[in-house]
Amino acid sequence: MSKDIRIKKGLDIKLIGVAEKVTEKAKSSNVYTLIPENFHTIIPKLTVKVGAKLKAGETVFYSKANETVKFPSPVSGELVDIIRGDKRKILAIKIQADNQQEFIDFGSKDPKAMKADEVKNYLSNAGCWPFIMQRPYDVIANPDNEPKAIFISAYASAPLAADYDYVLAGKEKELQAAVTALSKLTPGEVHVSVGKNGNSPFLGLDNITLHKVTGPHPIGNISTQIAKIDPINKGEVIWTVKPQDLVIIGELLLTGKFNAERIIALVGSSVNKPKYYITKIGADISSLVEEKLNEVESRLISGNVLTGSNESKKGVLRYYDNLITVIPEGNDYEFFGWSKPVFNKLSITRAATFSWLFPNKKYNLNTNTNGEHRAFVLTGEYEEVFPLDIYPMQILKSCMYKDLEEMENLGMYEVAPEDFALTEFICVSKQPHQEIIRKGLDLMLKEIG
Amino acid sequence: MGLKEKLHNIKEKGKDKKWLSAFSAFHTFLYTPNETTHSGGHIKGADDLKRTMTAVIIPLIPILIFAMFNVGYQQHIAIHGYQANMGFFSGEFWNLDNFLLGATKLIPLLLVSYVVGLGIEVFFATINNHEVEEGYFVTGMLIPLIVPVDTPLWMLTVAIVFGVVIGKEVFGGTGMNILNPALTIRAFLFFAYPTWMSGDKVWIAGAVERSKEILAGAHLDAFSGETILGGLAGGKHLAYSVTDMFYGFIPGSVGETSTLLILLGGIYLIYTKIGSWRIMLSAVIGALTMGLIFNSVVNEGWIVEGSKFYTLMNTPFWEHLIIGGFAFGVVFMATDPVTASQTNRGKWIYGFLIGFISIMIRVFNPAYPEGVMLAILLMNVFSPTIDHYVIASNIKKRLKRLKPKTVYNVKEYRK
Repeated sequence: MSKDIRIKKGLDIKLIGVAEKVTEKAKSSNVYTLIPENFHTIIPKLTVKVGAKLKAGETVFYSKANETVKFPSPVSGELVDIIRGDKRKILAIKIQADNQQEFIDFGSKDPKAMKADEVKNYLSNAGCWPFIMQRPYDVIANPDNEPKAIFISAYASAPLAADYDYVLAGKEKELQAAVTALSKLTPGEVHVSVGKNGNSPFLGLDNITLHKVTGPHPIGNISTQIAKIDPINKGEVIWTVKPQDLVIIGELLLTGKFNAERIIALVGSSVNKPKYYITKIGADISSLVEEKLNEVESRLISGNVLTGSNESKKGVLRYYDNLITVIPEGNDYEFFGWSKPVFNKLSITRAATFSWLFPNKKYNLNTNTNGEHRAFVLTGEYEEVFPLDIYPMQILKSCMYKDLEEMENLGMYEVAPEDFALTEFICVSKQPHQEIIRKGLDLMLKEIG
Repeated sequence: MGLKEKLHNIKEKGKDKKWLSAFSAFHTFLYTPNETTHSGGHIKGADDLKRTMTAVIIPLIPILIFAMFNVGYQQHIAIHGYQANMGFFSGEFWNLDNFLLGATKLIPLLLVSYVVGLGIEVFFATINNHEVEEGYFVTGMLIPLIVPVDTPLWMLTVAIVFGVVIGKEVFGGTGMNILNPALTIRAFLFFAYPTWMSGDKVWIAGAVERSKEILAGAHLDAFSGETILGGLAGGKHLAYSVTDMFYGFIPGSVGETSTLLILLGGIYLIYTKIGSWRIMLSAVIGALTMGLIFNSVVNEGWIVEGSKFYTLMNTPFWEHLIIGGFAFGVVFMATDPVTASQTNRGKWIYGFLIGFISIMIRVFNPAYPEGVMLAILLMNVFSPTIDHYVIASNIKKRLKRLKPKTVYNVKEYRK
C-alpha cells in the first residue's frame, strides 16, 4: 500500500557548497583500501595473503561470525599491504590496482526466475551481501533471517547530500533487477521512498511499494520511514539497502560483474567547485580532493556533516558513502562567543541567535563545538527535531546507565545512531548522542542478540 | 602576544592541574573554547549552556532594577504614608533616593549570593575535577530576588551553603538535582528562621533595625509593612489598587512584586524557547481553577465572613495571579528544566498542579500564605513520577502494537 509521508519535526541544515549537477571522472586512485572498521561489529578473517593477485569481486575476507558474509576486492590488482594494529587487529587492506581491470564472472541472472536461496547464495558469493543492512542494531544483515520487509530510502535529506535522483538517473534497469531480486528475500514488501516532487528513476519500477515523502531532515532516514510505514517490533527484522549499492547489485545481476564504481559528490564550503565524480569504493580521498580545495584549514569528512567520519588526506572513502564533505576547522577561540548575538550560526532557539529570521540562509559552519560538554539540562528541545514516537533524552539516558529492559521498552529496536544526529547538533549540553546510541545498540546486540 | 594566546598557553600548562577548572571557568567566560568535534556530528548548533542561562538572566535584570526602586519606595510609604493609583512612570517611584536606598540593600545580597554560591561551585568542581557548570548563573541571580529585603547577610550565607551543597552538589551538580536550588535556599531560610522571615517587618528595608532601636530606648517612629497575602490571611482588606499590584508598587519579596515585568520576562523566555510555555500556561490555568473553586465555595455560602479562610477565599480568582510570588515562581522557578517534568505532556500536568496547589496552600496556611514556593518544591519531588507515567503510556503503545500481531498469528495457526 503506497503512502505519502509527511513530517513536520526535524531540521534542514542548509550549508554552503551544494554540488553542481555535473559529473566528472575522478583521478583514478593507485591503491584501493578496504577498512574492516567500516563494517560495524564484523571481525575479518582473511582469505588471501600479501602478494596475492586479485580480480574485482574476489573475496578478500569474510566475517568470523558468518562465513557467507564475504567482502570483495573492489578492483583487480595485487594485495600489497595489510596494516595491523594492537593485537594484530586488521586496520586496512591495500590493493594496488592493475591498469587493465579484470572481473570475476559470477554469471548474469534473471532475477524474476530466482528463488530466495539462490538470490542469497548469489549475492553472498559475489560479495554483495555487506550492502544489505538490518534493523534493529544497524549492522550487516544476517543471511539466516527472513526480514518482514525491505526498505530503501531514495531521498537524501541530510545536509549537502548527493541528490539520488541525479546520481541514479539512467540506472533504471540495474535498479529494477536489484529490487526484483531483493523482493524474493522477504515475504513482505520492498518499500522505496522518493521525494515528492522529484524525478526518481524508481518511479514506475515493478516489485516495489513506492512512497512519496516530504518534510525536513530526517525524513530521508530509514528509521523515520519505517516508523511511518511499518514500525519494527521486538523480534522483527527489517533490511535496508542504499540506492547506490542497489546499482552495483543490479549490474552484477545483469552482467555477472562486481563493478565497484559509484558516483559521489564532493561538497562543502571548503571545496572550490562542488560537483559529482565517478570513482570506486575504497578510493583514496586524496584522489578525489587534490587541488580542489581552498586554502582554509579543513576537515575532510567521508559522508555527511552529521554522521560522517573524520578522515585525513590519506583516508579512504568509507564503504557505504557516496559523499565527501569538506568544511573549515573551527579550532579557534571566540571572544565572548557565548553572549554575543549570533547571525552566522544555526540555532533552533532564539537566545540572541537570529537564524530563525533567515530560514533560507545558507551557512558556512565549522567544526567548533560552540561550547563545552555538560550534563543534560534542557528538556523538550530534542523533541522539536525528532520525528519518531520515542522519548529521545530518556532513551539516551537509559543507554548511559545501561538498563537493557528500559532501552528495549523505550524503542531501541527502532533507532540507529544517525537518528540522533540532529538532537546531537542542537544539544546545548554538547553530549555525543550518536556515540551513546551506538554503544547502547552494541550492548543490546551482545546481550540480547 | 595577545590575550587570547596568553590564556591559551596558561590552559596548556594547566592540563592535569587542580586549578584548571577554576581557570577554565574564567577562560571560557572570556572566550568560547577552541574545542572541535571528533566523530558523529561534525557541526554543532550555536547554543551552549552559557548562552541558555544568559537568556534567563536577561529578563531578570529589569526586575532587579525595578526592585531597587521599589525597596526605597516601600520604605518611603512605610514612613510617610501611602498614595493610591500612581502611573507606571510616576516620579514618586522612579527617583534617585529610592534607587540608592534599594541599591545599597540589594547589591550586598547579590554579591553574597554570587560569591558564596560560585565559591562552593568552584570548590566542588576542583575536587571533582570537572568544569564549573553554569546553573548557578541563574540561581545566584534569583536568590536576592526571592528573599525579603531585610534578610541578614549571614542568614543568606548559611542558606546558600545549605541549598547549594545539599540541594545540588550532593546529587552531582547542575542537571542532577531534584529540587530547585534557589527555592531550597528560600525554603531553608523560611523554616530555619521563621520568626524573622514572616511578619510585617522584614519586607521593608530597615524596619527590623528601627524596631530594635526603639526597644533599646531610641525616640523614633516605628514603621512596618505587610505583604498583601499576609494582610489577607490576617483577614484585612486590600489597601492597594489592582494597578499598583500589577505594576508592583507593593511590599513583598524583592523581585516578586511587579507582575508587569515578570509577564514581559515570561514572554521573553517563551520567545527565546528557553522557558516552557506549557508549564507557564498550565500553572496559570491551575491557579485560576483553584481560585474559581474557592470563589464558588464562598458564593455557595459554605464559608461565611468571619471564618479565617474567608478573606483569601473571597479574593477574586484572577487577583491571585498578581499578588504574592505566584507570577515570579511560575515564570522563573517552575520552568527550571532540571527539576520540572521532562516530557511535554508531563509539563502540562506538572504546571497545572503547581498552580492548583499554590493557591490551595495560600488559603489554608495562614501562618505563611505564600504557597508557590512549597507547591513548586512539592511538584519537583513528584515530577519524576509524572514522567514515569507519561513514558509508561509510550511503552504501552509500543507493546500494544506487538499484541494484535500475536493474536493474528494464533488465528492463522488455528486455521
